[in-house]
Amino acid sequence: MILGFFVGLLLLVSLFFNCLGVVSLYRFPDVYTRLHGATKCSTFGTLFVVFGLLLYSFARFMGEGELRFLVLFIHVVVGGIVLLISNPTGAHALARAAHRSGILPEPSAIDVLEEAEKRKREAAA
Amino acid sequence: MFAFVMSFFVYLLLSWSGSISIQEVTIALLVAVAVVSVASGSSRPGFWSLRGLDPRRWWLFLRYVCGPFAVGLTLANWDVAKRVITGEINPGIVKFNPRLKTDMGRMMLANSITLTPGTLTVDIDDDGVFYVHAINLTSLAPTEQDICGTFGQWTRRITG
Repeated sequence: MILGFFVGLLLLVSLFFNCLGVVSLYRFPDVYTRLHGATKCSTFGTLFVVFGLLLYSFARFMGEGELRFLVLFIHVVVGGIVLLISNPTGAHALARAAHRSGILPEPSAIDVLEEAEKRKREAAA
Repeated sequence: MFAFVMSFFVYLLLSWSGSISIQEVTIALLVAVAVVSVASGSSRPGFWSLRGLDPRRWWLFLRYVCGPFAVGLTLANWDVAKRVITGEINPGIVKFNPRLKTDMGRMMLANSITLTPGTLTVDIDDDGVFYVHAINLTSLAPTEQDICGTFGQWTRRITG
């Protein structure tokens, strides 16, 4: 009962941040700022799903001693580590691909990467 | 060799469900051979160093992830959550040089920056200069402290 309450609370927090990620897709103007909202809010949200699952499987394993909850615990830990590595790598790959294919940040106060690439192009030409 | 042992045990850990059968060990061996045959083609000298096995580095890494990184992640998430609702942004791409020598250190810092909401690593050039897209710039030529706080110092300590 208590366990269900805490797991539910963690899931609600994750739902809140994932919803903000969706809202940011509509609120923000260009691809880079949308990447901030879509990948980051969902990382934080999904981390809370991971925490909730860890709490649930750990408590069930301690309470009932069934091995399948320990297996679930280990798999969730591995899943969390993979999430923490693959999520920023994917966001970085998307941003770099967008910038290389000529999509510039708009609006933007400053873009030193475009200046550096322009210098490189002029040096090559 | 290191990659072989690692992929063998990680596969066994993933497929483990209470007991280990001879079929699973056989499949794990086949998977490890396949992984090594792919990974060995992409390695260059110094790629498979054993420096990462130093327990002091792991201790520092754990302290970093549980301490300043977790705090930074939470604060920045709260900040971006407010910006999603209010829509106050001042985006732009800025650069800074954290003076990291190793690929591992660059990867760690770049992923820390990208995981922290509000900043996103767009590119790293050959000299190790980071190009970071920030959602709310406070100045046009920010210092390393402005962009990622103490992450750079921690990464230099862990991988230095």
